[in-house]
Amino acid sequence: MSNILTIQNLNCGYPKFQLSDINFDIPKGSFAGIIGPNGSGKTTLFRAITGILPLKSGQIILSGKNLQSFSLRERAQNIAIVSQFIEAGDMSVEDYVLMGRIPYHSRFNFFETDEDFEIARKYMEMTDTWRFKDQLMSELSGGEQQLAGIARALAQQPQLLLLDEPTSHLDITHQVHILNVLQQLNQEMGLSVLMVIHDLNLASEYCDRLILVNQGKIHTQGIPEEVLTFQNIEDVYKTVVVTQNNPLSGKPAVFLASRKVLKEIQERLSKS
Amino acid sequence: MAQDGDECLRMTNFGMFLIKKHTRVIEMQKKYLQWVLYLAGLLVLLVASVILSLSVGEMNLGFMDVFSILSKGHESMEYTIVSQIRLPRVLLGIAVGGALSLSGILLQGVYRNPLVEPYTLGISGGASLGVAFVIVFGLHQLVGSFMLPAAGFAGSFLIIFLVYTISTRNGRVNIQTMLLTGVMVSFIASSSMMLLMATTSSENLHGIVFWIMGSLDEPDMSLIYITLALSICSLFASYLFVQPLNALRLGEEKAKHLGINTDTAIKLLFLLASLLAGVSVAVAGVIGFVGLIIPHLMRLLVGSDYRILLVTSFLSGSIFLVISDVIARTIISPNELPIGVITGIAGGIAFLLMMSRTSIRSLNKSR
Repeated sequence: MSNILTIQNLNCGYPKFQLSDINFDIPKGSFAGIIGPNGSGKTTLFRAITGILPLKSGQIILSGKNLQSFSLRERAQNIAIVSQFIEAGDMSVEDYVLMGRIPYHSRFNFFETDEDFEIARKYMEMTDTWRFKDQLMSELSGGEQQLAGIARALAQQPQLLLLDEPTSHLDITHQVHILNVLQQLNQEMGLSVLMVIHDLNLASEYCDRLILVNQGKIHTQGIPEEVLTFQNIEDVYKTVVVTQNNPLSGKPAVFLASRKVLKEIQERLSKS
Repeated sequence: MAQDGDECLRMTNFGMFLIKKHTRVIEMQKKYLQWVLYLAGLLVLLVASVILSLSVGEMNLGFMDVFSILSKGHESMEYTIVSQIRLPRVLLGIAVGGALSLSGILLQGVYRNPLVEPYTLGISGGASLGVAFVIVFGLHQLVGSFMLPAAGFAGSFLIIFLVYTISTRNGRVNIQTMLLTGVMVSFIASSSMMLLMATTSSENLHGIVFWIMGSLDEPDMSLIYITLALSICSLFASYLFVQPLNALRLGEEKAKHLGINTDTAIKLLFLLASLLAGVSVAVAGVIGFVGLIIPHLMRLLVGSDYRILLVTSFLSGSIFLVISDVIARTIISPNELPIGVITGIAGGIAFLLMMSRTSIRSLNKSR
């Protein structure tokens, strides 16, 4: 199977923080997740892929073509990004989703075509946001805004969908709803998805590949079972955890314990 | 039978498809139809305000008479008043009002800040400083009347250049730095002007103050035509940046994600807005508030889509200034008030009323 995204020997970053020797492949049709502690370089990696941050060395290859050779517009036609927060303010949901068509418009295209409206409608229906189409973006809840963000990204008709912590500020209902929508898009449309996600259990449940980043380097990558072992997690997060399989899905799940509980266990162990 | 059912289903599907397609067309037209209505409404208002301005003054003429006066005589006194005194003011009002308002909406789009106006960035400070310099050192007596606008323009562009270079690093402009630099440079310019004013004779002082207060009274007809042509051309030019402006509503980084070269767009838009404001200040003096209030009101009225926002801001800026000028010259007739006073007071009050109404509305909504 061919790769949608290949990253080779990537080095980039800011004066005080560097990503070094990043190598990974994302096969076409994957649902991949980037995990790691705060400040580990997840967002920096993301900004490198999205072209906001210039590379120091290495290559990012999208479907066999070097991303450096893409114009901004071509990039936007191939990679769509959903940010953590969507600040669209006082525009209607439909107008916001239609902005996803900008990469396909020339400078002199002042009006959306029928095709643009059709595409916007299709993806709004798919993400269940069509019913809000005339409301203002600011009137939607966080979860609904996130769905509209996904619809806007889909309207770009990308090969690869990138999401930056799409669920971090949402309750579990909306978390699961959004990830289910993404899963459905992934399976039905074959859309490749790469997301930064904080919640290890959600990452395990939804992603078929995980990339664990720590201190600007890749710590481990592979299927959730390989990455989410208690050794890896304790190593990277410096936190004691227990991993066990989710009884329904069989995927690894990560459990935390309070210091009090850990102390009691330690005392019990030392007694016996 | 089953085939019939299939056929039936297919037909209904096709029917649904047609209905869907049809409703989409109607909906689409609704948005654009609204835009056409806004445009038509503002054009009617502009024509009305022009007729008002041509007919009202020291010698009041009937609204309808204006046309016959203009079409008929070259000799009558009415013709001279309308064509030589009132028409130039109206044309300059359209040009300057439109230019200031367009400049304001462009800058607000670039900075994503509704409180930015052309003068926040030191454009008026620079122009005033240039003019004060010329008057204090008596340069305008040497060169002629063209010297004052030229000095104003040079002053404003010097400031713009300063602001721009200070806030550019590695070929990229930092928008926030630019805003702060603009405010600071503006302070320095106005303080320097105060310094000049404090040290000069009272006769020069009068000239400076008079210029600063702003007026649409410009004797040089060619200057008026240049200003009008420039501001209308800029309106067309601004439409080349409609896409970046619309995308920038989401933020600079997100606009980039949509394939927009934000760096170039921001630089060019900044230059265009500066040119508009610089020319306006140079010809008509410091007329404040138009560039702040009108874009704001338009945003409340037509929404935040720049495709309609640019042209409506231009037109309503023109209307606002033409009407303000009518008030300025009639309210204490035969004397005349500085137009900046009218735009500030009338515009400010209108704005406060509008704000209190919208905040009450949003309060009710949130309850």
